Order: sequence, then C-alpha cells, then structure tokens
Amino acid sequence: MGRMQLQTGTTLDGFVIGKKIHQGGMAEIWEVTKDGIEAPLVMKIPLILDGDDPTMIVGFEQEQMILPRLAGPHVPKIYGLGDFSIQPYIVMERIDGESLLKRFKEAPIPLAEVIDLGAKIATALASLHAQDVIHLDLKPSNIMFRPTKAFSAKVDPGFAPENASERHGGEAVFIDFGLSRHLKLPDLLAEEFRVPMGTAPYIAPEQVLKLREEPRSDQFALGVLLYTLATGERPFGNPKHTTKALIRRLYEAPTPPRLIRKDIPDYLQEIILRCLDVKPERRYPTARQLAFELRHPEQVTLTDRATREKTHWLKNMLAGRLNPYDKAPLSRLESYRHASTAPIMMVAVDLSSEGVPLAEALRDLVSRLLVTSPDSRLACVNVLKTARVGLDTLMEDDGTSIHVKRLVELKNWAAEMRLPPERITFHVLESPDPAEALLTFARNNHVDHLLVGARGSGGVRRYLGSVSTAVVAEAACTVTVVRKQAAEDEAEA
Amino acid sequence: MRIALLADIHANREAFEAVLARLDKHRIDQVALLGDIVGYGPDPAFCTEKAMELVERGALGVIGNHDAAIEGDSSDMNSIARAAIDWSRGRLDAEHRRFLSGLPETLRVGDALFVHASARSPRGWEYITGPQEAERSLRATDARFTFVGHVHKPQLWRLTGLGVAIGHEPITGFEIPLAKSFVWLGVIGAVGQPRDGSTAAAFAILDLKRQSIQFERVPYDHFTTCRKVREAGLPEPLATRLLRGR
Repeated sequence: MGRMQLQTGTTLDGFVIGKKIHQGGMAEIWEVTKDGIEAPLVMKIPLILDGDDPTMIVGFEQEQMILPRLAGPHVPKIYGLGDFSIQPYIVMERIDGESLLKRFKEAPIPLAEVIDLGAKIATALASLHAQDVIHLDLKPSNIMFRPTKAFSAKVDPGFAPENASERHGGEAVFIDFGLSRHLKLPDLLAEEFRVPMGTAPYIAPEQVLKLREEPRSDQFALGVLLYTLATGERPFGNPKHTTKALIRRLYEAPTPPRLIRKDIPDYLQEIILRCLDVKPERRYPTARQLAFELRHPEQVTLTDRATREKTHWLKNMLAGRLNPYDKAPLSRLESYRHASTAPIMMVAVDLSSEGVPLAEALRDLVSRLLVTSPDSRLACVNVLKTARVGLDTLMEDDGTSIHVKRLVELKNWAAEMRLPPERITFHVLESPDPAEALLTFARNNHVDHLLVGARGSGGVRRYLGSVSTAVVAEAACTVTVVRKQAAEDEAEA
Repeated sequence: MRIALLADIHANREAFEAVLARLDKHRIDQVALLGDIVGYGPDPAFCTEKAMELVERGALGVIGNHDAAIEGDSSDMNSIARAAIDWSRGRLDAEHRRFLSGLPETLRVGDALFVHASARSPRGWEYITGPQEAERSLRATDARFTFVGHVHKPQLWRLTGLGVAIGHEPITGFEIPLAKSFVWLGVIGAVGQPRDGSTAAAFAILDLKRQSIQFERVPYDHFTTCRKVREAGLPEPLATRLLRGR
C-alpha cells in the first residue's frame, strides 16, 4: 500500500493540509481546509508503521465505516474518507476546546461537576446507543465538549451546578471510534485480537470475555470515569493489558468511593457502584435512564450499594469462582430491543377535583403499559400553575407548602400501581404555562413516551387550545392522549 | 457497477417476477443468476425462458445442482427433490434443457466470483452452513468477493486476519461495506424457496464501485405459488414450505 509524506501545504483529494495539531501513538491530527467548506476541519491519519499492523488497519477501517453512519451533536460531522490504497484518512469537523483529560488529571474535582459531566456523557451515550453503536473505549482523551450548548438544560430546582456546566460548555462529543461496534454491521474486530480490546482501567467484565455487543459496557467505563473524577483514584488501578491481569474484573468490586472521599453523597455512590456492577443486567437498563438519575439525584433509590463500607473481595471472588460469569453471548436481538423495551415514560397528572376521573383512567393505562416493558421507568409530573406576573404565595392559609401538598397527592395517586421505588419518580413543576413546562421536562429528560389526559373535545377548549393539544403538537416523543369515556347520551349529542 | 444477485429461483414464477419488478427501484446495471432456476416449483418453463431472456440481454448465469439434474443424474438427491426434477423434465423442451445444462460452473467479474454452492468444488454442491465450509470456499479462490446461493438463508462470511471465517446475519435493507482488509463470501437467500422463517423472496444488490452489499426481501403472492404446487401434484412439503418460509 502506498503512503504519502504529508506536510503543510500539500493537497490530498482537494483538502489543503495545514499544521499538525496532535501527534498520538495511533494517529496524527492535521488542520485542513477545502474550498466550499466553511466549517473548521481536521484530518485524522492512522500511523501505520512498517510491517503494517493489521489490527491497526482494521480498527481504522471500522472507524471509517461507523463514523459516517452517525449523526447528532455527540459525534463530529464527517467530510471525507481516504482509501487505503493511497492514503487512509478521515476528515471531520474540528471540535474546539480540550478533551476531558486535562480536567481528569486534576481529580478529585467538585462533586457537582462530576455529576454534571456524568449526565452529559450519559446523554451522549444514549444518543450513540440509539443509533446502534457501542463505543467500547470510553476514556478521558476520547471525550470532548462543545463550546456552547445547543439548548440550556434545565435541572430540578435546588440542584443547578451552573459554574460546572459553563466550564465544560455544551454536549459531550466522542472522537475516537476505533474499537467501536455497530450492531447492524459485521464486527471487523471480532476475533482479530488475542487479548481483550479496550483500555485496561476502563474495560468492562464482558469485554474481558470478548463480548462486543452489550451497550451497558459503556456504562461501566463511565462508572470508572465518575469514580476517578470524584475520588482521584482509579477503582481497579491501572492493570497490565493482559488477559491474566484483566480476568480479575470478573469478580473485583472496587473500594466504596465514600471510604476515599467522605463527602460523596449516598446517591452518588449508589450510581457509581451500579455502573460498576460486574453483571450488565444489574447496571441501568439504558444510558438514558442513567442520565435521568444523574439529573434527579434527590430521587435515586438507595440500595445497600449506597452505604457500603467494605469491599467484599473474598465473597466476590468466591462468587466469581463458584458461579462463573454466564459466558453465553447475549442474543443480538436482545440488545437491539433494549432501548425500546426500557423507555422513560412520563405521565402528566391533573390533581384537581374535576380531573379525578381522568387521573384514574390515566393510571389504568400506565399500569398496563408498565407490565409490557418491565425495564421501563415512570416519571409522574404535576404542574403547579403560577401567575405570570408577581410572586405567588405558594402557601396554604395554614402554612403548609402547596408544593409539598401536591407532591404528597401525586405519590398518593401513584401508590395504587405498587411500583418498586427504583422505577418511579415524582416531580412538581412550577410554571405559568403548564404545556411549556411539560414539554421542557420531556425534552431535558429525554422522555420516550408522554401520557397526558384531555378533559374534553368540544366547545371553547378546541379554539383556545388545551394543554394536551399543545403537548401533542410540539413534543418530540411519542404522546398518548387519554380521554375519559363520555356518558353515551353526551357522546350522541 | 451495481449487480443484482438472484439465487435459487426454483421455478417460482410469482417470486421471480416480484423480485424483477423490485429491481427497477435499485438502478442496477447487471443481473447475476446464482443457479437453481428450476426444481421444487411449479413453473420451470416460464422461469427458464425468463432466465434465457435475461442472459441474452447480458445477465450472468451459473449452473445449480437442480439445473444440472435436468439433463444429468438426480440419483443423489432426496426423494422430494428427485420427484420434482422428474416432473420438471416433462415440462421443459429441448432448448430449455440445453440452456440449463449449458450454464457455466463459475463466472468472474473483476474481484467478484459467482458460483452456485462453494468455490471449493463447484460440482461438489457443498452447503456453506458453518465456518468450516465458509473457510474452505474462501481459501479456494483468489477473488476478494464470492457470491453463492444453495443454502436458502442469507449470511455474510469473511476470513479474519487470524484465518477463521466469521458469519454475519445481514439486516434487510441495510448497506454493508465490504471492508478492504478482508475477503468476503456472501450467501444470498433464495428467491423462490426461503428457509429462514420469512416467506418473502430474498435477493441482494452488490455495488462494486462503493464496495458494498445490501440484502433485500420482497413479499410475493406465495399463496398462489403454493396452490400451483398442489395442483401440479408435486410433493406436499414443497407447498407447506412456501407458506412457512422454512
């Protein structure tokens, strides 16, 4: 295979080579320009040493295959691919700013920042997984952040790490897909490597077993990242990249992070240790659900993970030995279906006295939907309508908070469904515009399915517009409108 | 250059016509018939004539074991296949038979080799159902791409750097790049008698310029074909197979 000597000023397929901006062990990055393309561009060129390491070539070919098939803010846009017969390259949008590596080296960092970073990376993972791609090599040097936000994420009141989010700007972007897997394409890397693929500190147990079709492997790597950012220590150290050293990952449980850093709240330890669970099925069903937890930390359901103070290394090791990890590869179909069988559902509940029959109909439908998707979770939302101008007194005459009262009513409404606490959360939003509040909540939390009641279909409501019509018109997700069946004589009229 | 790959038509007129009609949407330059134009199905004369017409207009065609059995020996076939061959012989004229038995064993276009069963021994009719069979075929040729039928279930094989064959179950309608670092073996599903659980006719589009393949399915009126199989008095399993797709 022929190779060109690249230098500043040369031209390749119409791309004018600028200066080299990065020299890595696997690839180098050059600034390039091309007539007719305004966006700042970079060209990534694999370093193929003499003796042509076939695995390096295959990794780059896999990246060339996957990147152009991805869209959205969490991946760089692709402008050109170079053939292996002349000079392999990928020309992509230049993401300004630095990778997470610089900040990572400063760990431990403030916890609000850890949580904000985690939510952003989990959101980016959800987008990737929804496009049938698993990253499989998540680490600080592969993650960047866009300089500005596409939209400003609104978080629950009382939890707004404003400074932290400004530091890292907007959406997380992944920049290296050399070990990634596209679930609808042949895995070119399967069977190419004798040792497990990945980066030793981050690799998930199932990757050690060479399984490359589990989206939750990326959650494990994110768990390692969050652990390290919060404590300044790696949960599994920095082992050698050998099968023998990595096999420990199949039973190793890390030191609970709170033993290293006392002020880590129980919910954060819960989230981190759940991401780091040896078994993928005990992690979050989807990255989207993980992002939801990170955005609503006050509602994280705590298990024994949250308060764990010891590493049960002996117990874990024995369990690992006696009950060896299920080696049967996960069925591919199971992975595909996952995102759709583990949706985030949101139900908008009207708690006023006239809304009661409708709220009951809504609950009936929600209960039935929850049965068909056992990995789903439900966000119950009520909007407390406030005046557009001036301050409301959100207190009852007897001094109780209306907000708290609504929350209690909402929980009371949901109690009959008997959902385990880890599958349900409650949110009272305060807004002068209920439809807008519901839409913003659905968007920021990447809700898959929104259920809302509609009180009637006739009369004034049709012309003035109801909450449900606005939601149906503007929501980006699936919306189900529930009506209370009118009495027959009314329907006839 | 975009080539439509059609295998195992098996005298199924309705499926063959449905696939040909669908090809209009795919802007193809060439058709390759990967063998078994006849056998099993109720319309051998129609399908043979259609194939002759295509080949006359430049289509590629290779011989399948059922095509070979029309003029040759069918004694090594199972009783159902043999019964269908015996029945078909009476419905094909001399010209049909000459065409079928005269089809070449293999054809080559640039990097691509076309053969009915396996590149290892074109007249051995070996089924590529696992990695060993795939590896044997992949090692038997210097072509970067080999395309076969015969198995009636679509599968895409490649030889890895470590020298083993790995299979990929293709997703319908999704373009798959045939990466340069590998040699590839595409098993194309059957037009006229699918056996992978779907009743829809299978075919594929090979794009030599983009170096990619896309597996496709098209539903057809398999109830009519099934009725014709029964009316012809062909063995009943050949009728139910079309209804079940396996």
